[in-house]
Amino acid sequence: MFQYTSRRLLQLLPVIVGVSLLVFFAMHILPGDVATLLLGDRATAKQLADLRHQLGLDKPVWVQYWAFLTSALQGDFGTSLRTNKPAIDMVLGAFPVTFQLAVAALIIALVAGIPMGVAAGVRPGGWFDNLLLAFSLVGVSMPIFWLGLMLILVFGGHLGWLPIGGVLDIGQGIHRITGMPVLDSLLEGNMKAFVSAVRHLVLPAATLATIPLALITRITRAEVVGALGHDYVRTARAKGVRERAVVLRHALRNGMIPVVTVVGLQFGLLLSGAVLTETIFSLPGLGRMMVDSILNRDYPVVQAGAILVALVFVFINLLVDISYAYLDPRIRYQ
Amino acid sequence: MTISSTMETPAGSRGRSARARQLRRLLRKPNFLVGTVIVLSFLAVTVLAPLLTPFDPTESDFLSAQSPPVVGHPLGTDQYGRDLLTRVLYGSRTALLAIVVADGIALVAGSLLGLMAGFYGGATDSIIMRVVDVLLAFPYLLLALIIVAALGPSLFNAMVAIGVVYTPQYARLLRGKALSIRQQEYVHSARALGARDWRIMLRHVLPNSMVPILVTATLQAGTVIVETAGLSFLGLGAQPPTPDWGAILADGQSYFLTSWWIATFPGLAILVVVLGFNLVGDALRDTLEGA
Repeated sequence: MFQYTSRRLLQLLPVIVGVSLLVFFAMHILPGDVATLLLGDRATAKQLADLRHQLGLDKPVWVQYWAFLTSALQGDFGTSLRTNKPAIDMVLGAFPVTFQLAVAALIIALVAGIPMGVAAGVRPGGWFDNLLLAFSLVGVSMPIFWLGLMLILVFGGHLGWLPIGGVLDIGQGIHRITGMPVLDSLLEGNMKAFVSAVRHLVLPAATLATIPLALITRITRAEVVGALGHDYVRTARAKGVRERAVVLRHALRNGMIPVVTVVGLQFGLLLSGAVLTETIFSLPGLGRMMVDSILNRDYPVVQAGAILVALVFVFINLLVDISYAYLDPRIRYQ
Repeated sequence: MTISSTMETPAGSRGRSARARQLRRLLRKPNFLVGTVIVLSFLAVTVLAPLLTPFDPTESDFLSAQSPPVVGHPLGTDQYGRDLLTRVLYGSRTALLAIVVADGIALVAGSLLGLMAGFYGGATDSIIMRVVDVLLAFPYLLLALIIVAALGPSLFNAMVAIGVVYTPQYARLLRGKALSIRQQEYVHSARALGARDWRIMLRHVLPNSMVPILVTATLQAGTVIVETAGLSFLGLGAQPPTPDWGAILADGQSYFLTSWWIATFPGLAILVVVLGFNLVGDALRDTLEGA
């Protein structure tokens, strides 16, 4: 297991270098000059040349990349062109909101998806199975930015049950501990703020959960159907094990490996899918910050955000691989 | 020639009858039929849009602004008084363009890279697959955002970005196919007859990979529509006044609680068309790949 983990970690190095290269050169080929962007059109040629020299933009591109890489390794991505704050601080400040949203969406997808998948899998071809198939087909075809608006219209607008944007009610101040409003209000013991934070999280999390919910339901169903046909299930039944235990202890447990993979991969995708959800629900997360930074050409923030999300995504994939190898020993011996 | 003709006849007829059986199985699937009707209607609308509506998709009429659905405007009008049905109908053209450009880029670039990686192996394979690994190290939408940030927000750049994002899928698919097909006897025979590498790739490996390519391209078409509309929704794709489903939705977001129809109908259009492509893709995969 140690050997397998070390090998997978080593394989990550070229990928991480590749990620840094892609992000650096993507920002390097941008149309327009960064110095002009910072100083405006009225800057003199000398001012522009001085700033280029100061920022190292007059050096060869490989020297610039090396400077970028060594600074990035020390957590320095430069300062935001809009706010003049360190880009990494802005990104790390917004990340917890996105993380909270992705975790909440994944919890919804798991809590609803696994039981629904099991219920469909025990009677394949039944009415619930067919209904679920239709639901998952619609789920994976749904543009989540549209679903979010529909949920706002129904639950926020017409019924007025839930708030339609932001992370807390106005006037609900909490101290920043983790940056995740739900957790911070709980740690502070402020139940009023906690309820407000949870109410604000319901609609965005439900929106973001749609696609993973459809996928988890589909995979759980397929795994349960497959597992119920195996000899060990027949043996368990022959021994007189109750059907409930057969399904939950034998079929579902053996079918969980692919579900773990999907959950891991989906979590990484949720971090980027949150871009749309955060825009619809006006959440101050990393996704919305990235889009605002792209529209305002605030490249240090784009670079810092892109590298952070890519690293999180790569490490989640690594964890999925390792957990997969742990659950199924055949994989680590290949 | 004579030998090959006599050998081809029984194999050819077997292939044709197998294809006919697959087609019959496909046509018996209700999901495939529903999906095909949706996709064909979508294609028909892209061609017939000007005949289906008397309005111009970009012409404002402030006197009719934000009109709810009525007889003259069955889907209502937007904040500039533009007929929403017209904009949704013309928006189908942008969606089709997204499929052609984005899915086209992914298919051509991914297939070429995958063929080269699988066929040549060694250093070529290592280099290409490391590039693919780097592209896969980003969540799809994030990579698209980085590319749009580099190229600048526009509809065409959004399509290019989506195309690059989905290139690795085709590259992996074709690499796998090329790896298995290059060991086949008919490839060895072609090589012995002096066929060049490119000829073998294009005449033998590629045609034998058409089924998975077709299935992936169909399923990807729906994804491409959603992703391109998503970028337009964020303001990074189609720019006003282009009729684009994502951009119309973004317009409607500001007026959503008072004029619900502006954002509702383009979203429904996306949902139905994507569902159509997914139904066709799923049925093709189940029937042709025997999944």
